[in-house]
Amino acid sequence: MEAYDLNIQEAREALRTGQISSVELTEAYLDRIARFDRSVQAFLAVTADRARSDARRADERIRAGEDGPLLGVPLALKDIFCTNGIETTCASRILKGFVPPFDATVVARLGAAGAVLLGKTNMDEFAMGSSTENSAFMSTRNPWDLERVPGGSSGGSAAAVAARMAAGAFGTDTGGSIRQPAALCGVVGIKPTYGRVSRYGVIAFASSLDQVGPFARTVADAATLLAAVAGSDPYDSTSLPNPVPDYQAAMGRDLHGVRVGVPDEYFVRGIEPGVEASVRQAIDTLAELGADVGPVSMGHTAYALATYYLIAPAEASANLARYDSVKYGYRAPGVTSTLDAYLRTRADGFGPEVKRRIMLGTYALSAGYYDAFYVKAQKVRTLIKADFDNAFADFDVLVAPTSPSVAFPLGAKTQDPLAMYLSDVCTLPVSLAGLPGLSMPCGLSDGLPVGLQIIGPALGEETIFRVAAAYERARGPFPAPSLS
Amino acid sequence: MAISLEDVEHIAHLARLGISDDEKRTFREQLSAILEHMRTLTELDTSGIPPTAQVIPLRNVMRDDEVRPSLPREDVLRNAPDREGEFLRVPPVLD
Amino acid sequence: MARATYEPVIGLETHVQLQTKSKMFCACSADYAGAEPNTHVCPICMAMPGTLPVMNRRAVEYAFLTALALNCEIPEASKFDRKNYPYPDLMKGYQISQYDLPFSSHGHLTVDVDGESHRVGITRAHLEEDTAKLLHRRNGESTYSLIDVNRAGVPLLEIVSEPDIRTPAQARAYLQKLRLIVQTLGVSTGNMEEGAMRCDVNVSLRPIGSAAFGTKVEVKNLNSARSVQRALEYEIDRQTELLDRGERVIQETRGFDEDRGITVSQRSKEEAHDYRYFPEPDLPPVFISREWVEDLRGRLPELPDAKRDRYCEQFGLSRYDAVQLTSSVAVSSYFERAVAAYQKPKVLANWIHGELFRILNDTGIDLEASAATPQALVTVLGLLDAGTITQAVAKQVFEESVKTGADPERIVSQRGLTQIRDTAALEQAAADAIAENPQAVADYRAGKQQAIGFLTGQVMKATRGKANPTAVTEILRRRLDQG
Repeated sequence: MEAYDLNIQEAREALRTGQISSVELTEAYLDRIARFDRSVQAFLAVTADRARSDARRADERIRAGEDGPLLGVPLALKDIFCTNGIETTCASRILKGFVPPFDATVVARLGAAGAVLLGKTNMDEFAMGSSTENSAFMSTRNPWDLERVPGGSSGGSAAAVAARMAAGAFGTDTGGSIRQPAALCGVVGIKPTYGRVSRYGVIAFASSLDQVGPFARTVADAATLLAAVAGSDPYDSTSLPNPVPDYQAAMGRDLHGVRVGVPDEYFVRGIEPGVEASVRQAIDTLAELGADVGPVSMGHTAYALATYYLIAPAEASANLARYDSVKYGYRAPGVTSTLDAYLRTRADGFGPEVKRRIMLGTYALSAGYYDAFYVKAQKVRTLIKADFDNAFADFDVLVAPTSPSVAFPLGAKTQDPLAMYLSDVCTLPVSLAGLPGLSMPCGLSDGLPVGLQIIGPALGEETIFRVAAAYERARGPFPAPSLS
Repeated sequence: MAISLEDVEHIAHLARLGISDDEKRTFREQLSAILEHMRTLTELDTSGIPPTAQVIPLRNVMRDDEVRPSLPREDVLRNAPDREGEFLRVPPVLD
Repeated sequence: MARATYEPVIGLETHVQLQTKSKMFCACSADYAGAEPNTHVCPICMAMPGTLPVMNRRAVEYAFLTALALNCEIPEASKFDRKNYPYPDLMKGYQISQYDLPFSSHGHLTVDVDGESHRVGITRAHLEEDTAKLLHRRNGESTYSLIDVNRAGVPLLEIVSEPDIRTPAQARAYLQKLRLIVQTLGVSTGNMEEGAMRCDVNVSLRPIGSAAFGTKVEVKNLNSARSVQRALEYEIDRQTELLDRGERVIQETRGFDEDRGITVSQRSKEEAHDYRYFPEPDLPPVFISREWVEDLRGRLPELPDAKRDRYCEQFGLSRYDAVQLTSSVAVSSYFERAVAAYQKPKVLANWIHGELFRILNDTGIDLEASAATPQALVTVLGLLDAGTITQAVAKQVFEESVKTGADPERIVSQRGLTQIRDTAALEQAAADAIAENPQAVADYRAGKQQAIGFLTGQVMKATRGKANPTAVTEILRRRLDQG
């Protein structure tokens, strides 16, 4: 077993007992990145110097007797988190060279906890995409099959964890961008309740949907990572004041008495048979573990895609208006007026998917269409949320597939935006309702990972972790992809 | 739902996106297809349903009126594509 | 057609900078006057990626206090919205403002112009954030702009009046009243010259008696209440001439050229903005309990109208006097301190809006900036009442004390300005005036009574105002009548 094979809990044990130092652990990861990231391309930037100095400082703290759940643990961060003094691009040309003078709250909390920053990971540009192919700089490959996508938009972070190039990682999820790549890469990922984790310093895509969440190899690790960053933040007016519970305490309990709902509508037309079989088998396991499994109908599920693709782009069109070449970022050369600067900077600096969504969003908000599109979508959102509220009156969690397919080949969906959007049908409704959702590997189909999605009520992360941990124990170890 | 090239031009201008003629045509097709899918929402009767204003039940989130240190000016200007002395610099605003 | 057949319909949109310590949505200092450029800036107000707004509670309270002072309704719930438009001074590419649920609406205030009272409705007052400052530069042939972000994010209260204003003088009075109110509340300096209060006007004309509105013209870039009045006067003339000639008024935005006193078309190629308002997702709504409103109402100081009415009642002053004395926070404070030491309010009123205002006007300084003190006026009046100095000398001494801050008693003693009591000296001065002005004497003897006034004036001149004019006139009359 190599140092990079240790999951976070195991790594902490080894660090605490002095079996390994953070510097050694970090070097092991940096070495693995150097060997494999050329093929996987998970990292936009490897922050080796910073990682080493983080590790040295962590070792000092460990020597001084400090014990913290992430102290000395090497992590990767999606390049959507502003990192003080370290380039943050959101995988866009328009932010190439942008160096924030401040840390996102999440980054500051991880730093305070003594985590080690290995680097910034690749993503779909401005978090818009489901395959990481929309990155302006490069595509990331799925460690399970380098000709396939890792999912998106947090593909780099998911791939880094799957390929054991980081002990854990963070990404963001707006319509499925943590859960779907977690499923496609065979790792655990959780999008918490909206407001559970601060969005301050997280480059905004859709303000009422964006959430920060972790990727990890085990459920316990995911809980550890979430606990380290969750909690109210005075810099984020939408962050929840509720205290963060002890997630680990929830995870030892069995599933007797837990009511598990299975929404029919998530087994969509076009779902791959291998995916369906794997998920249904996992649900059977839950029943065998003593859970009360039953069907539930969420009648507005089919409308989630249209709803999401009106609301998210609308908010994004405003959030991305600040990229105007005035304060930071790219400015097109030779511009002769501010209008010229805006038009050409944004033409050069944004990729096609970003432009498409800005246009869609602008249209949805524009005079004459606001009521028919944006307001209508917000009303349907209320109906979608009501479906969940009703379901959670009878069930403690809902389970479903995370994605209707396993990882698809690079380039397979890039010509048809709508086809790409359909990757997220199982994750979008949860985002619209602001509810927590976790994805964990439940099997392989044609050698590629399948994800089981566990959805909870608002602030229901404890129950989700409980169900996920019980399933994980029953399932047994999940293989890691082999990289040559 | 079909949108015209003019619509595309108008939206691109509102969003200050300088798109090429090719892009206009491509976007027109793609946006029309996407918007066509959005029409499914009209199937739903939402009369009497309030729009989701906020997905979280928070209200009255405010801070005390206290001053905290601002950024050093160098940090404000460091990322600027163009600057002059203590200021950000932009090409002429011609309107 | 005569000018008098059109009625101006005027509405004002005023932006008031609130005097909070920190900005509307971040903790940078809002007090940017005199600060070095780009030193009151943080990631939030310069719209760095990933930053989020957090509401300043005091700004919200100031908005409510102003709303209460303007007799507005305060709703049960309010929220912010994004107003989307691209401009280099707008850091985020949208302004956080309020659209359909503003903090207040349906209010009014009263203005007094030439003794007539006029009520102006307030449509709404809402909070928003100020923009950065754009400075235009020229370098030979080329032009460019510089940006100072210090001002971005300072809280603004936008107050929109109903189109109830009918004359330029009323518009000016409205602004002065608004300024007075925000000063009294302590929520803003209301100082237009410093940019703490900015105003755009909308003006249209319609035939008198018509209920329909004419075509509206917006005039921007007005730096003072006086400019507002001048701009409106010009604009009303301009529109009148157009209409008289049978031409149409074009709906447009115009700027005011201070130097030439005219409005100039600013019609740009830009079509009207589509602001694409939508609710601000980064800020939860504000629910306003009635307790909160009543608590704020309890914190209101005495407002100008109440103070005016109190002056009438408590001091027996006319409404005109009371309006003058409450025309600024500084003036009413001055009056109240004076009247505490000198119990003749009517006399004080006359001296304040007569002498004091004239002197301040001539020297072009505000009361707060001058050396005037209420004690100085009280001292002067005391000397006058005691007969130590004459009315004429009192005015001179008061003027000097206002200008220099010197103590009136010192001025009187140092320059020997006490009233001439010596009858012999008065007799002599009268005799001299008679001798030196034969024409006036002849006029008087011919029956022209006003000639005595002229002669009295001559004596006053000769004695540098130190002679009591009543006594002098009596002496002159006696001497002239005696032959």
